[in-house]
Amino acid sequence: MIRENYTQRGLRQSLDWKLVLCYLALVLIGWLNIYASVHSSEPASIFDFGVRSGKQFVWILTSFALALTILFVIPPSWWQGLSPWIYLGVVFLLGAVIFLGVEVKGSRSWFEFGPVRFQPAEVSKISTSLLLSMLLSRTGFRLSRPRDFFLAVAIIGLPMLIILGEKETGSALVYIGFIFVLYREGLSGWWLALIGLVILLFITTLTLSPYASLVILAALLILCNAFQDGRRFWRWIIYGGLAVLVLSLLPWLWGLVTGAVQARADAISNLAYVPRAGEEPRYFWSFLLKIRPVHFFIAAAGIGAVIGVYRSYRERNSFLGLSVAALIAGTLLVFSTDFIFDNVLQDHQRKRIEVLLGMKEDPSGVGYNVNQSKIAIGSGGFSGKGFLGGTQTTYGFVPEQSTDFIFCTVGEEWGFIGCLVVILLYVFLITRLIFDADRCRESFTRIYGYCVAACIFMHLFINIGMTVGIMPVIGIPLPLLSYGGSSLWAFTILIFIFLSLYRQEKKYF
Amino acid sequence: MTDSPRRTRLLIGLGVAVAILVARLFQIQILDDRYKRDASNNSMVYEMIYPTRGVIYDRTGRILVGNKVAYDILVTPREVQPFDTAALARVLGTGEDFIREKMEEYRQNRRRIGYQSVVMLRQVPAETYMRFDEVKYKFPGFKGMPRSIRDYPFNAGGNLLGYVSEVDQSFLDRHPGEYRRGDYAGKTGIEAAREKDLRGEKGYHIYLRNSKNQIEQSYRDGEMDVEAVPGKDIVTTIDAELQQYGQELMRNKVGSIVAIEPSSGEILALVSSPGIDVNQLADIGKYYDEIANNPYNPMYNRAVQASYPPGSVFKLVNGLIGLQEGVLTPQNRYPCSQGYHFGAKGKLGCHAHRSPLDMEESIMMSCNAYYCYVIRNILDNSKYQGIDDAMDHWREYAMSFGFGRKLGSDFPAELGGNIPTGKFYNKRYGKGHWNSVTVISLSIGQGEILATPMHLANFCATIANRGYYKIPHIIKDSEDIEIDPKYHQKQYTLVDTVHFPKVIQGMWRAVNSGFGSGGTASIAAVDGLDICGKTGTAQNPRGKDHSVFICFAPKDDPKIAVACFVENGGFGATWACPLASLMVEKYLKGGTSRPALEQRMKEGNTMVNVRTK
Repeated sequence: MIRENYTQRGLRQSLDWKLVLCYLALVLIGWLNIYASVHSSEPASIFDFGVRSGKQFVWILTSFALALTILFVIPPSWWQGLSPWIYLGVVFLLGAVIFLGVEVKGSRSWFEFGPVRFQPAEVSKISTSLLLSMLLSRTGFRLSRPRDFFLAVAIIGLPMLIILGEKETGSALVYIGFIFVLYREGLSGWWLALIGLVILLFITTLTLSPYASLVILAALLILCNAFQDGRRFWRWIIYGGLAVLVLSLLPWLWGLVTGAVQARADAISNLAYVPRAGEEPRYFWSFLLKIRPVHFFIAAAGIGAVIGVYRSYRERNSFLGLSVAALIAGTLLVFSTDFIFDNVLQDHQRKRIEVLLGMKEDPSGVGYNVNQSKIAIGSGGFSGKGFLGGTQTTYGFVPEQSTDFIFCTVGEEWGFIGCLVVILLYVFLITRLIFDADRCRESFTRIYGYCVAACIFMHLFINIGMTVGIMPVIGIPLPLLSYGGSSLWAFTILIFIFLSLYRQEKKYF
Repeated sequence: MTDSPRRTRLLIGLGVAVAILVARLFQIQILDDRYKRDASNNSMVYEMIYPTRGVIYDRTGRILVGNKVAYDILVTPREVQPFDTAALARVLGTGEDFIREKMEEYRQNRRRIGYQSVVMLRQVPAETYMRFDEVKYKFPGFKGMPRSIRDYPFNAGGNLLGYVSEVDQSFLDRHPGEYRRGDYAGKTGIEAAREKDLRGEKGYHIYLRNSKNQIEQSYRDGEMDVEAVPGKDIVTTIDAELQQYGQELMRNKVGSIVAIEPSSGEILALVSSPGIDVNQLADIGKYYDEIANNPYNPMYNRAVQASYPPGSVFKLVNGLIGLQEGVLTPQNRYPCSQGYHFGAKGKLGCHAHRSPLDMEESIMMSCNAYYCYVIRNILDNSKYQGIDDAMDHWREYAMSFGFGRKLGSDFPAELGGNIPTGKFYNKRYGKGHWNSVTVISLSIGQGEILATPMHLANFCATIANRGYYKIPHIIKDSEDIEIDPKYHQKQYTLVDTVHFPKVIQGMWRAVNSGFGSGGTASIAAVDGLDICGKTGTAQNPRGKDHSVFICFAPKDDPKIAVACFVENGGFGATWACPLASLMVEKYLKGGTSRPALEQRMKEGNTMVNVRTK
């Protein structure tokens, strides 16, 4: 009886229908909004193949075919075994596209076969997810072991680097999302904190000042140590807090001192005192003018670091040692940020970051996209202008509105409510994937589920963040909604491989 | 591994990230209005609809200022194809260089212009436009836009009507929010005074445009569009024919004629010469420099802006004040021996006439000495505490006739003239260091007295009305417009009505006593019209005397009061007197019975005597 139950569990029970429905809903919403975004005062049918909504219809149908193939034709057990080959194949394609691809908007990431264009970077998410899942699910694999850790990082990093080489920064950024998977599988939380810290320092260095970000760095490290070292919590807070307070007030205090010195020095040099040849009028304290608050910080940090290293050695407190390392690394990062910003980043990226951080107002140049996108979304108000009622998206004020900026159409025509519905659908999709994944007994399926969730999350956050102006403009599509075959196919395959694996679980366990 | 704390942390992270997105959406979609405003700026185009300006009629219903259609030639530089510059220049009547320059200018500003249309040529006449319309197909990107401009069917009242022109930056600054660049507004005369009524209200159509600045469709099917409200029509008090006649008479003379209907205060004609031809008004931009550089300053509306010493005309005022004060009776006779002698060798000269004269005769023959006695009697009256007090009372009387202040007419830029105060002489000579003899020239309207032709016309109307006037005005009540009720109120002078008939009798005798009688204005006499008048010859520091005349007619039922001023024209009787009488005759009889005089007046030239700087 029991055994029969296992095998007899049919499609109705084994497939996660809610997930499928959510998928279908998003695809449908995407299709309608693509139609709205290409809609103009001379409307065409939604099925008109001359416009993007008609083409998307084809992509949707083919996606369904792919989904069915994955669910019913390909045996789920193949995926694990095939993943190294798929991975290698995709990496090969990624490399080849740099030489053989066509150039679209400054990046070489598309293959062109007649009328159809195909972007290997989209597929690479699938292959990386598969291989990463296979690796992490291997018995005996431990992330805390350096060899395994570096292997995992290499699997993620290789396609990421190649995609960076294709100048598809946005797609490469998505791979950072895999860190959540690694975290779920045992990576230390400090890695997450580290990455967060790097991003924070980068932003504060550019927007505030290097000095301010150094103070923030010190404050954070002191706070971490206070929590880590429970015994001396208050001592850390009081001494550390005092140090941070002094450091943050220092530029102002030092400004007073140097101001006074400068005034005195000026007064002396203005005296009717004629020095002998070659002799400048001297003021003893003038050397103070050459000292900047940052020098105090370095001195203080140097002393703190020496004490820290000594204490960590004596008390065998490796956390303190790591903190000192982080402090040094962070300081170097802050000082090299300007260098990175000016020399490593590409021109258009630098400008986009400048606009994003409000360092430059440029509504007609680089800021144009974001500004128009915000106008479109903002003008939607609470309930939107109604289907096909948008003026900003209909009349082409928003660039790339059916692909990367499809969310503008949602925002303008369906308003805050519509945005909320779409975002909640994604949240449902992601959490459902996570919960389903956690229910699996096969580690491969579980890890793969997390990979899918991480990919969708990264796309969601970066894309919507970009349209509302809290992320730089890096062109990546909104999963399932944006126009485009490559993207739709990739996410369909990504999700349906999981569904197929999950179905197998349900079928047999 | 279900329910691991790590999954919980990841889910919290997801929640935080989503909360950030939702909060941001909430901010830009609900809290911040800026994006909605930007969106309408982005996508909506307001196309202005200009109302037709109100028509200006004369008192008999003739159109003084109407509207006609002219065309602005617009260019949409993005749509222009290579074309034959010479052919277009020929059709539009411009130079080839002009078109080349314009096209070059558009090319340089192409980013700013985008797909918009810009005005290349303004107010092309309909005939030129028709010519252009026939060959328009050869010039893609060029089109005409009809626009209503001013039309003047009657060549009358250029200065009076004023002109309409495009607003400039300083005008925009002075009228914030009312006008936009490219609008037209009345700048002078009635066009300026009644701008608010004439201009109407602009409307607009809202269209939606795309990101390339091309019009897509009308917004909400025109639901939010506002139609233009045409300007209100205005009926003036002007008699177009009289105005035109006055302008003809004043040709080649510098000065003005003001005619008022005494019973109503309505201005029948307001001629300022040299004036602006209405054909120049229609295209003021083209003629502006020419007008502005004319040495005789045609822009200057002498009728209300030029202040002159009124001369002998002012004797009437002094006479009336003397009668009211009781220091003069009509029977008083004063001697005149070629002038009035005072002090050791002081003398205010007079022309030869019989002596002594009573008051009527003094007006008729315009005796200077007589009024020296009169003004000394007024100013040396013992009931006043000193000369300056007496002076101020005298001034009060004069001002009750409208002198020395703005009359408050509805005509813009009116000036007030001057009647001196006691304080003024105290300051000039020192208190106690002057007396009635010091200011003796006030008796004959010289010295510090200044009055505009409008003042004199109003004064004449006051005499005609026997003691009151109505504030002269140029706009009548009509269907659309109701004028200020103050224009219907009688403004009484401080001189009682009983004193007027004797003065009027003097004025009648000045005109109607026949040549050889000594009457100074005999040339003005017209049979059956009973014209009453007073000549003036205003001495002035700018060369030959000004010729002045005021008159009204008929004596017992005055229909018209006229003041005429001819700069450097000499005696009052030489120019001003016949000109004014011709005006009266024209108004009351429709034409003249003295064609020779009319001919001589029209052809006469006094301009040569006028110093220009």
